[in-house]
Amino acid sequence: MTLRIPVGEHDYIQGDANALCTLVEYGDYECPHCGHAYPIVKRVQKHFGKRLRFVFRNFPLSEMHPHAESAAETSEFAGTKNKFWEMHDLLFENQQKLGGALYLKLATELGLQPEALRESLEKRAFAAKVKSDFTGGVRSGVNGTPTFFINGERHDATFEYEDLVGAIEGALSLT
Amino acid sequence: MNNILGAGTQAPDFNLHVTPDQKLKLSELRGKPVVLAFYPADWSPVCGDQMSLYNEILSEFHKFGAELLGVSVDGVWCHEAFAKDRRLHFPLLADFEPKGEVAKSYRAYRQEDGVCERALFVIDKNGVIAWSYCSPVAVNPGADGILEALEKLQK
Repeated sequence: MTLRIPVGEHDYIQGDANALCTLVEYGDYECPHCGHAYPIVKRVQKHFGKRLRFVFRNFPLSEMHPHAESAAETSEFAGTKNKFWEMHDLLFENQQKLGGALYLKLATELGLQPEALRESLEKRAFAAKVKSDFTGGVRSGVNGTPTFFINGERHDATFEYEDLVGAIEGALSLT
Repeated sequence: MNNILGAGTQAPDFNLHVTPDQKLKLSELRGKPVVLAFYPADWSPVCGDQMSLYNEILSEFHKFGAELLGVSVDGVWCHEAFAKDRRLHFPLLADFEPKGEVAKSYRAYRQEDGVCERALFVIDKNGVIAWSYCSPVAVNPGADGILEALEKLQK
């Protein structure tokens, strides 16, 4: 199973642009498994440093998780103000409290305009971007959340620290 | 894994309960593509299990005018509770009595476990299997194969 949408300008990318390995996560801010993966990914990034870059794409399972879509749109809003990763982190760190009140509070904390966020959520200004992440994920074989791709190949083992590190080391050894 | 029915085969017709007092016949859906997804059991414990994932992307299937049907050996009441809990917006069929008969006709029944395989069939508007895929029971096959098959049908 391979990533159909190459990592590019439309993506939020953390880490060195010339990194030899790219880890892509399709995730849902309300999914408890993604919440579990969140600190693991941080550790993995720390472990590999400049050798790894990380991309997060939205895959909200909205039928299951009523706040997943609005959280995704909130992160995209923050992204347009250069605060995508800050918002991404705060959303996962406050996973139990997702909802309008939290989004506005986080926006304020990050120095964003809460009114502008409220308006963009009401108008569904970022719905199309989230949907395009989602559809691209489906076509790449995302089969739940989180789904990881390492250098374009779906990672089918668990996303516990050792498994992710092992798989990334494997990918690096091929480069 | 079973050697499930493949492309080019006429899809065996069936008439299964979709609710306690309603049945659905495959041949009634002639004229549009049908996605038939056999799966082992309701209530698998993970987020984004196969049926829930398909539920999220139902609109992608509908873009092709396709109907999605889930099939397992669970009974109608079980299906009803499961569908309600997961807020599924497509029918789940009960291959319950005689147990697994329809799955067997698609060669998608696991005799040793008494459940359906995780087997996917895309059936064209004339009732002929256009694509099929059997996934290891523990692996959620996702939807990319289904969408690709539906896309091919349009060409």
